[in-house]
Amino acid sequence: MLSGTVVVAASFAYLLLLFAVAWYGDRRAEQGRSIIANPWTYAMSLAVYCTAWTYFGSVGRAASGGVWFLPIYLGPTLAMSLSWLVLLKMIRISRTYRITSIADFIASRYGKSHLLGGLVTIIAVVGMVPYIALQLKAISSGYSVLTGSDDSGVFPFAASSWFNDGTLYVALTLALFTVLFGARHLDAAERHEGMVAAIAFESVVKLLAFLVIGGFVTWGVYEGFGDIFARAFANPELAPLLSLKTASSAGYGGWFALTLLAMLSVIFLPRQFQVTVVENVNEQHLRRAVWLFPGYLLLINIFVLPIALGGLLYFGRGTVDPDTFVLSLPLAHGERALALLAFIGGLSAATGMVIVETIAVSTMVCNDLVMPLLLSTERFKRSDHPDLTGLLLGIRRGAIVVVLLLGYLYFRLAGEAYALVSIGLISFAAVAQFAPAMLGGMYWRGGTREGAFAGLLAGFVVWAYTLMLPSVAKSGWLDRSFLDNGLFGLEYLQPEQLFGLAGLDSISHALFWSLTANIACYVLVSLARVPTGQEATQATLFVDVFSRGQDAPATFWRGSAQVQDLQPLVARFLGAERARRMFESYARERGLARIDELKPDAGLVQFAETQLAGAIGSASARVMVSSVVQEEPLGLDEVMDILDEASQVRAYSRELEEKSQALEEATAELRAANERLKELDRLKDDFMSSVTHELRTPLTSIRAFSEMLLDDPEIDLKDRMRFLGIIVSETERLTRLVNQVLDMAKIESGHAEWHNTDIDMRELVGHAVETTEQLFRDRGAVLELDLPDQAPHLRADHDRVLQVLLNLISNAAKFVPDDAGVARVRLSCEAGQLRVDVSDNGPGIAPGQLGVIFEKFRQGGDEHSRPQGTGLGLPISRQIVEHFGGRLWVQSRAGEGATFSFVLPLSPEAGDGPDHAMT
Amino acid sequence: MMRRGLAGQRLVAAFLGGALLFNYPVLSLLDRSEPFFGMPMLWACLFIVWAALIAVVAWIAERGAR
Amino acid sequence: MAKKILIADDEQNIVISLEFLMKREGYEVSVANDGDEAARRIRAEKPDLVLLDVMMPKKSGFEVCQEVKSNPELQSVRILMLTAKGRDTEVAKGLALGADAYMTKPFSTKELVERVRSMLAER
Repeated sequence: MLSGTVVVAASFAYLLLLFAVAWYGDRRAEQGRSIIANPWTYAMSLAVYCTAWTYFGSVGRAASGGVWFLPIYLGPTLAMSLSWLVLLKMIRISRTYRITSIADFIASRYGKSHLLGGLVTIIAVVGMVPYIALQLKAISSGYSVLTGSDDSGVFPFAASSWFNDGTLYVALTLALFTVLFGARHLDAAERHEGMVAAIAFESVVKLLAFLVIGGFVTWGVYEGFGDIFARAFANPELAPLLSLKTASSAGYGGWFALTLLAMLSVIFLPRQFQVTVVENVNEQHLRRAVWLFPGYLLLINIFVLPIALGGLLYFGRGTVDPDTFVLSLPLAHGERALALLAFIGGLSAATGMVIVETIAVSTMVCNDLVMPLLLSTERFKRSDHPDLTGLLLGIRRGAIVVVLLLGYLYFRLAGEAYALVSIGLISFAAVAQFAPAMLGGMYWRGGTREGAFAGLLAGFVVWAYTLMLPSVAKSGWLDRSFLDNGLFGLEYLQPEQLFGLAGLDSISHALFWSLTANIACYVLVSLARVPTGQEATQATLFVDVFSRGQDAPATFWRGSAQVQDLQPLVARFLGAERARRMFESYARERGLARIDELKPDAGLVQFAETQLAGAIGSASARVMVSSVVQEEPLGLDEVMDILDEASQVRAYSRELEEKSQALEEATAELRAANERLKELDRLKDDFMSSVTHELRTPLTSIRAFSEMLLDDPEIDLKDRMRFLGIIVSETERLTRLVNQVLDMAKIESGHAEWHNTDIDMRELVGHAVETTEQLFRDRGAVLELDLPDQAPHLRADHDRVLQVLLNLISNAAKFVPDDAGVARVRLSCEAGQLRVDVSDNGPGIAPGQLGVIFEKFRQGGDEHSRPQGTGLGLPISRQIVEHFGGRLWVQSRAGEGATFSFVLPLSPEAGDGPDHAMT
Repeated sequence: MMRRGLAGQRLVAAFLGGALLFNYPVLSLLDRSEPFFGMPMLWACLFIVWAALIAVVAWIAERGAR
Repeated sequence: MAKKILIADDEQNIVISLEFLMKREGYEVSVANDGDEAARRIRAEKPDLVLLDVMMPKKSGFEVCQEVKSNPELQSVRILMLTAKGRDTEVAKGLALGADAYMTKPFSTKELVERVRSMLAER
């Protein structure tokens, strides 16, 4: 046994450690370096699902029912695999509309109804009270086992009066810590980073502690799983626990009911909603939690059955409460430190649950029960209370204390009679009542306020009658007679065999009737009338949350407002400083510098209402906002019109977007085409202008001389001969020009004819040189020829290649200096191609001219040296060479002559024009 | 998003598979008295199926993250 | 005293024909083969009239015309522009730059001679 002082000191030390973690988490959050913004912390915080029930109660359950502790964990595993359908949508809805609790969710969905919010809150409080009692019971019985103050371990301290009952002080201590964790200050989004950090931490602690104890029992006390199970198989008392049928009378139906109950609970328990939805930092974290959280559940359950069997084998049945095996087994083996660790693990599980659950419930109590009542009094509606933040905090702290005290009360009333798990299941069944209104609200537009109210109320009443009251009655605080004889002695009203339904365990029985009544009332009452405009609006916002943007709610508001009214309203509940910051950042988002510049439009009203909803609940926020703005309520028809319009507008805008995109593409293409055309047009214009100039220049001479000869018969013979000579040469120039322009046009337009044959370049170069030798001789210049011994044939148009050669060689002849001119023609074989170089010792080409001499009508040389030419020779030559897949270029330095070179590939890839030689 | 994608459908399929295996009548097939490697058949099989389901869900969810 | 005429053109054959025509009319003729030379000779010789081709190397006829008209010492020099580019814009440009007359190649020798005569008679 341990001394009470040690246990209490260790417990406080642990709570302070938790608080330190929370404090650190809050600090990091303030610095913007959140420690909970990762999927691992998120998944660990979900494990707040595992409470003292799991830690102590599962073993107790296994000791009496074998594998029947498992459905409570298989259900959440299944539910998590559906989380992408359900949880993700809940998270998105809650984030978009600043929903901070289940009560707020349901109230908001069904037209922001105070009545619904209040009912949900009452169900949550009443439903959670047994659950909190369970935690208190676990802590106090654990304490008494550890300190040996009560051998039975069922009812600690044998308290005769409440003031010396340690459990009361446990409850008050937990209340104090909960206030410290969750209600130190007010947060508009109800997010508690520090608390989540502490919860994730305690999840790790309880898992490790439980695994250590499990390992100790399995391998320390016994010799592994095989040993424990072998002994159990051999024991006629324990063997039935190993089979599902023999361990419990509930049957497969009961198994299914428990699984379903756990599925619903893991989603709709207030504390699960808090950690899963409200405290969610990033939707993507769900992706890991989807498997990590079930994995956690699996790990923490592996040793449950071995511990239970080990305890039963060791202590025998009926001597020690199986709920405390985790503690009593180490104690019985003298492992006091291990027992203390086990207690800390259990304390961890219990405090985690109590803290989150009471914070969640207190938010509901404050926002959906107390605030609406306060706001309904005229005194609070008026703004003579300028700042209500202190009041809000006070309400929450009070709610936390009250909820814990209620838990204590239930513990005193009914704790005695029940095992831990049975108490917990009562709470689970209460929470399941939220499912129809929640799920229906997320996927069905037809649910109405009355429907949800009727369903919840019916489910709650049936639950209270079939589960809650019997649990109180069995503890002796109520007359038991109605249990056996039914209410008013009517046999078919027996709470545990309603309408004579027998053969089900009490949980399955209550779950069946309560959910049946709940769903039936919800659906049938909802179908009694069409939804109002407000309901239809909220239904659309919830059901279509993924397809609607953030600003959608604004669509459904019509009226007029003043910024000067809205800001003080928000300030009353959130504090003046924070309200100012919020409005400023809202203004900044809209590109405005100051709050006064904000337009008091539907968007702003929606913004203010959403901010308020975070602090006081959506229904209260609605009431408060509507008290300071003038608005016209929308009827169902109008809402439907807006919806139709909105969907039409969406469809149109999508269509428009597609069309405008197509149009943009077409425009871009057209623009590019136009640019090309313009460029071509400009080129053509330049070309035409150049051709005109080149045609008119010889014509000018021809006309002038002809007219002079015609007018003046007295010109002497010498001049006459000279003039006629000029006329002839200009005519030749004109002819040449016309021919070349036509040639150029043909090649460029692709209409040129190419007569490809195998040609011998040696022979062709030789021929070209022979043809042009006279030109050089006339100018007193020398033409040198350098041919290889042999050259492969290549396939090209003989005449065209000759044209290129003649053009290059005659160019050289034009540019060589008089009397000292030397030109050189060289043919050489390179890899896969033949190369021709034509070099001269003329004036060369200035660097600026190198690029342009291949342009049409650009001739090289200055005016004196500029020879006769059309300026089309080189462009045509280049076109021809490129047609055969070759390249024509020039190398030159001013004053040092020029070398024109071209290569022709031996096997031309290009230039497969019509091959007339082949046909 | 996984919501409407293949991963979402796979998760629903995993849920249906799990719901089938964790309930009657499949459960009754596992509920036998003879031991399974020295352990109770039902207990061992439930944990094996459970672990397998978690592994499948993990595979789907983490794969979808890519 | 015979009037002085400068012929500025880069086409030798046109220069020959213009020179022949002008000399026959009894004018004193000098020749420039590019824009630079034309500008130089105009400044040095101050001819009474310039037959100025537009498309010349080194300096275009337009540039030469602008230079002459902006020089107050050369106010007396008349300019008759000749161009083979017959576009209206060219004509407008030449006149805007201060050319006194404009003729398109190929021109009628009679008209040219008439125009030269009338331009020289204007003062």
